[in-house]
Amino acid sequence: METISTLAYLVASVCFILALKGLSSPDAAQQGNRYGIIGMVIAIVTTLALPSVQSYIPIVVAIAIGGVVGTFIAKKIQMTALPQLVAAFHSLVGLAAVFVAAAAFYAPESYGIGTPGNIAIGSLVEMSIGTAIGAITFSGSVIAFAKLQALISGKPLVFPGQHLFNAALGILTIVLVVLLCTSNSAAVFWAIVIASFALGFLLILPIGGADMPVVISMLNSYSGWAACGIGFTLQNNLLIITGALVGSSGAILSYIMCKAMNRSIFNVILGGFGGEAAGPAGGPGGDRTVKAGSADDAAFIMKNAASVIIVPGYGMAVAQAQHALREMGDLLKKEGATVRYAIHPGAGRMPGHMNVLLAEANVSYDEVFELDEINRDFGQCDVAFVIGANDVTNPAAKTDPASPIYGMPILDVEKAKTVFFVKRSMASGYAGVDNELFFRPNTMMLFGDAKKVCEEVCKALE
Amino acid sequence: MNPHDLIPVQVADAASHVAEAAAGGHGAFFLTGLTVFVLAVFVGYHVVWRVTPALHSPLMAVTNAVSSVIIVGALIAAGPAKIDFSTGLGFVGVALASVNIFGGFIVTQRMLSMFKKKQK
Repeated sequence: METISTLAYLVASVCFILALKGLSSPDAAQQGNRYGIIGMVIAIVTTLALPSVQSYIPIVVAIAIGGVVGTFIAKKIQMTALPQLVAAFHSLVGLAAVFVAAAAFYAPESYGIGTPGNIAIGSLVEMSIGTAIGAITFSGSVIAFAKLQALISGKPLVFPGQHLFNAALGILTIVLVVLLCTSNSAAVFWAIVIASFALGFLLILPIGGADMPVVISMLNSYSGWAACGIGFTLQNNLLIITGALVGSSGAILSYIMCKAMNRSIFNVILGGFGGEAAGPAGGPGGDRTVKAGSADDAAFIMKNAASVIIVPGYGMAVAQAQHALREMGDLLKKEGATVRYAIHPGAGRMPGHMNVLLAEANVSYDEVFELDEINRDFGQCDVAFVIGANDVTNPAAKTDPASPIYGMPILDVEKAKTVFFVKRSMASGYAGVDNELFFRPNTMMLFGDAKKVCEEVCKALE
Repeated sequence: MNPHDLIPVQVADAASHVAEAAAGGHGAFFLTGLTVFVLAVFVGYHVVWRVTPALHSPLMAVTNAVSSVIIVGALIAAGPAKIDFSTGLGFVGVALASVNIFGGFIVTQRMLSMFKKKQK
C-alpha cells in the first residue's frame, strides 16, 4: 500500500511540474492547468485511500463546503480584484499549514513521528518552521489583502523602532522554537504561532501600495516554503516537491518585480517606500503649466497617426477602463493605425496584472509587448497613449540620480511624436515624484476618469 | 514481581522504542527529503524562468492552487474515526485548503481562457 501511495504522489508531483511548464506559452497553458487539476485529484484520492483515513463523511462535507465557497468566489471575482483575491488565497494556505502543524503536534502518532509530548526533535524543528512560515504567510497576506482592497491605507505604516522590534520578535520566535524542542509544551507551540502572526502583520504593514507586486510574490513564495516545512514534518515527498516548486516560483517572481522597480528585496522588506513624500516640494513642478486637451483633440491627432502604442498602468485597473480602451484601439485600427500595447513589468498590483486585464477585454496577446520587446519602437511611433501609468514612464529614472526611482527601467514614451497622459489629476505617482514629461511641449494631458476619457475618445472617433 | 511495577517500566520502554524509531526514521527521511527538496528547487527554478511574463498572474494563481496540496496533511489529520481536537483541526484545514484548490484552479482557468490570438 505504501509503495502504491508513494508512486501515486510521484505522479501527482510530475503533474504539478507540467502545470507550471504549460505556462511557457498561452497555447499550452490551459492543458497545463488541467495537469494541475489531475495532480490534485490524484493526491487527494491517494490520501483518502490510506488505511488511516476513516472518517469519509465529515471529510467530504469539509471539501464540499470549501469547494462551494472557492468556486463561488472564483466565478464572481472581477479581474481587476485579482491581486486581493490571490492575497486572500495565500492567507488560506498559510492558515491551513498552521492547522496541519497543530494537528501533527497534538496527534503525532497519525503521522508516525512519535507520541503526544514525545515528538522527535527533528520533527519539532520542521514543524515549528512550517508553523512559523505558515503563520507569517497568513497574517501578512491578510494585511496585503486589506491594503489592496483599500480596507486600510495603502500607505506604509511606520513607527519608531519598528525594525528593532521586528528583529526582537524574530529572535523571540527562534528562542521559542528551541524551547519547544526541549519542552514539547503546547503553550510554547501556540506562543510560536502568535509571535509569527504578529511578525507577519508587522512585516507587511510598513510596505507601500506600489510595492505590492513584490509583496504578493513574496507571500506566494512563503506559502510554498510553509508547505515544504509541513512536508518535512509529515515525511511526505509530494508536499516537499510542490512546496519547493511554489517557493522557488514566488522567489523568482519577487526577483523579477524588484528588478522591474529597481529595488532590492531587502529594501522592500524594510518598507516605508512611497507615500511619505509629502508633495514634491523642490520638484520640477513649480509654476510650470501643462497642456490639457480634450477627448476631441486626442481623437483628431490619433486619427491621423500611423502607429499608436498604448501604455496601461494601475489607473486603468482602478477605473475598469480596459474594455473602453480596447474599443478605442479597434476604432484606431479601422482608421488604419497599428495599435500595440506596451507593458512595464511593474505595472499594476501583481505580476502580469495588465496582461490579464487586456486579455479580459479581448485584446489579442500578440498585440501586447513587454518592455524590452517594444521600447525601441517608441522613437518611430506617432502617439504614445499612457493610461493610468506614471512612474514607469518617468525619464527622471534615467537622468536624475537624486530621484527615488533612479535606475528603474522605464518605457521611453517621451520619444513618441505626441504623448497623451490620461490622469485623474496632477497628483504624483506612488513614488511621490513629479513626472517632468507632463510639462513637455509634445505632451497633452487628458484629465478625467480613465474609462470616461476612453469612451469620449471613442465617440469623437466615430 | 509486583505487576504494578511492571506497567510503568513497560510503558517507559515502549515509549523509548517509539521515540527511537521516530528519531531513527526521522534522520533517515531527512536526508531523502533534503535530496528531493534541493532537486525540486532546481526544477522549479528552470521551469519558472521559462514562463512567459504575460502569464505571471496565472502562474501565481496556479502555484497558489497547487500549494494547497497541503490538504494531504489535513486529510491525514482528519482521518481517524473519532472527533477530537486534532481531527477538528484537520477538518478545518481540509475546508480551507479546498477553498483554495477550487478557487485557485477555477480562477486560473478563467484567466487562461481569456488569452486569445486574433480571430481572423
